[in-house]
Amino acid sequence: MAKLNLLLLAVLVACALGLVTSQHKGRKLFSDLEREHEHARELDIEYGRLQLEASTWGLHSRVERIAVGALGLRSPDPRRVRLVARDTPR
Amino acid sequence: MISAVGAAAQGLVRLPVWRARFVLALLLAAFAALALRALYLQALKTDFLQEKGDARYSRLLEMPATRGRILERNGEALAVSTPVKSIWAIPSDVELKPGQKGKLVALLGVPAGELDRKLAEPARDFTYLKRQVSPDTAEAIAQLGLRGIYESREYRRYYPAGEVTAHLIGFTGVDDAGQEGIELAHQDSLGGRAGSRRVLKDRLGRVVEDVEAIRAAQDGKDLTLSIDGKIQSLAYSALKSAVLQHRAKAGALIALDVRTGEVLALANVPSFNPNNRARLSGAQLRNRAITDLFEPGSTLKPFTVALALETGKVGPQTMIATAPGRMTLANYTIRDVHPAAALSVSQVLQKSSNVGAAKLALAMPREAMWDLFRRLGFGAAPQLGFPGAAAGRLRPYRSWRPVEQATMAYGHGISVSLIQLARAYTVFATDGELVPLTLVKNELAATSERLISAQTARAVRAMLETAVQPGGTGPRARVMGWRVAGKTGTAHKQENGGYAADKYLASFVGLAPVSAPRVVIAVMIDEPAAGQHYGGSVAAPVFAQVMQGALRLLGVPHDAPFEPLEAPAGLDETREST
Repeated sequence: MAKLNLLLLAVLVACALGLVTSQHKGRKLFSDLEREHEHARELDIEYGRLQLEASTWGLHSRVERIAVGALGLRSPDPRRVRLVARDTPR
Repeated sequence: MISAVGAAAQGLVRLPVWRARFVLALLLAAFAALALRALYLQALKTDFLQEKGDARYSRLLEMPATRGRILERNGEALAVSTPVKSIWAIPSDVELKPGQKGKLVALLGVPAGELDRKLAEPARDFTYLKRQVSPDTAEAIAQLGLRGIYESREYRRYYPAGEVTAHLIGFTGVDDAGQEGIELAHQDSLGGRAGSRRVLKDRLGRVVEDVEAIRAAQDGKDLTLSIDGKIQSLAYSALKSAVLQHRAKAGALIALDVRTGEVLALANVPSFNPNNRARLSGAQLRNRAITDLFEPGSTLKPFTVALALETGKVGPQTMIATAPGRMTLANYTIRDVHPAAALSVSQVLQKSSNVGAAKLALAMPREAMWDLFRRLGFGAAPQLGFPGAAAGRLRPYRSWRPVEQATMAYGHGISVSLIQLARAYTVFATDGELVPLTLVKNELAATSERLISAQTARAVRAMLETAVQPGGTGPRARVMGWRVAGKTGTAHKQENGGYAADKYLASFVGLAPVSAPRVVIAVMIDEPAAGQHYGGSVAAPVFAQVMQGALRLLGVPHDAPFEPLEAPAGLDETREST
C-alpha cells in the first residue's frame, strides 16, 4: 500500500512539473506569436507608407512632366501608328 | 534533570488535566480562526482580491483598427492611412530647462509663445502640443526625455492624388472618420472597428496569455473604385486648362464605361488639396458633377427626337417646317440661331434647332415626354451611394403648359445634374438601354433597363454623329481615329427667376466609338467669360481631348482612319441658343 502511494506521489510530482513546463512553453510561444503579429502590423503599415510613396512618385502629372520636360518624349504622330489586329479575336 | 528522570522512573507525575485541554482548545481555536479567515477571503472578499491580483499582471489592450485604403481600378492608392504621433502634455508636470524648451519649440514648429500659453494652464490635465507629427519628429522628441510630455499614436489620412480626386474621395476629419465623398459614403466598410482584449503580461511587459477577447478589432476593408487614375488625371488637367483658358467659374466632367456602368473619371474645377485643408471655400468643396443642378439646354434634344422616332410618326428624314426660325407660344418666342425654312429631324439635332425640337415635342402627348424623362432618371437622385447626390427637378406633366412642353424639348424648364445627363446618354450608347452607374469597380456587365428600341437608339446615334461633323454644332468634339457622336449645349443661366443675358453654361455630352460605343463623356463649363461661350467651342474640345485619351488607355479598337480632321468652317457653326 505504502509503495503504491509513493509511486502515485512520484507520478503526481512529475505531472505537476510537466504542467508548469508546458505552461511556460505555452506562454513563451504565445509571446513569440504576439511579436510576430506586431511585426506583421508594422509591415502592413510600412506597406501602406510605401504605397503612398509609390503613388506620390508615380503621380501622372509628374510622370508626364518628366517625360515631356526632362526626357523629351512625345506621343507619336497618329499617322505613323500602325494598328495590329489581334490574331484570335475574342 | 535527575529529578525529572527520577520522576519518570517513579511512574507518573500528575499534571493537571486542564492544561492539556487548554492547549487543545487553543489549537482548535487557532484552526477555527484560520478557517474563518479563509472563508472571509475566499468567499466574501474574493472580488476585491481578484481585482488586486489582476491589476498586477492582467492588462486591457486597445486594439486599434486601421482605416481601409481607397484604390483606383488598377490598384494605385488614392487614400491611405498611416500612423503618426500626437504630442501631448500634462501641464502641471512639465518642467523645462531653457535649453530643452528651445529644442522642443524647434522640433514642434510651433511659436514659443503658444507653447508657453498651453503649458501655463495648470488647471488642465491634458493638452495637445501638436497633433499628427511625423514619426521622425516624434522620435526626436521622445529622445529629449522630457517629463510630463507624452506621445500617442493616431492615424492620418493621405491623398497622394491630391486635388485630382479631391471631390470624389472626399476626406476624413481629425478623428479619422469620413466627412465627405466616398470617405463618408463608405464609412462603415472603410472605418473598421477598434477592439480590446484582456491579456496577462509578465514582469518584462510581454504578453504571455490571452485571457479574453472583449471585442475583436476589425480593420477597415480596402475599397477599389471604378475610377481609372490615368483617365481621371487627364480629365482633370484638360478641364482645368479649359476653365482657365475661358476664364470660367467652374467646370465638371464625367466619363462612363458603357458596358459596366462604371464611372471612369469624375473631375471638378475648382478643386482643393485634401492633404491641407486650411482655408477652404464652399465653392471649392462642391462636387458639381453630382450635387449641382443646371438647365441642360440642347443636350436634352436627342431625347425629344428619340421619343418622336419611337412614336413612329416621324423618321430621321421627315421634314419639319421651321421657317422663319422662330415660333411664338403664349408671349414666349422660341428662336433659332441658324434660321432655315425646313429641317429634317436629323438636321434638327445637327443644327440644334430649337423650333424644330419644340414642334416635335408639341406633336407628342406631354405624359409620354414626362414618362421618358422620368425613366431616364431625371428628377430622382441617382442610386450612386454618394452623399448629396441631387435629384433635379422634373415637374409633373399635369402642370405643364404647352410653352413649357415646347421649351422642355430643348432642355429649359427642367434641371438635371451632370451625372444624370451622362447616364441618360447611355441609352444611345447601348442600343436603347439605360445603364445603372457605380463608383465601385465592377467587372460584370451591368443589368440595364430598356427604354427605347435599338432601332431608335441607332438612328439617334447616327444623327448625333452628324452633329459633330462639319455642318453640325460640335465639330471640335471629333477625335482622330475614332468615330464620335454627341450633342452640344449652350444654356443661359438662370438668375433671379429669369435668364441672364450674358451668363452661359456650355456643355457637351457624347459617346465613342460610334460603331461599338464604349465610353460616354459629359462636360460642363460654367460661365465661360473669355469671349467664346458655345458648347461647341468651349466644352467640345475638352470632350475630344479626354475621349481620345480614354479610348487609347482602354485599348478600344479604331473605327475611323487616322487622318487629320477637316478644320471646322469657323466659329459660326458652333453657335446655338441653348
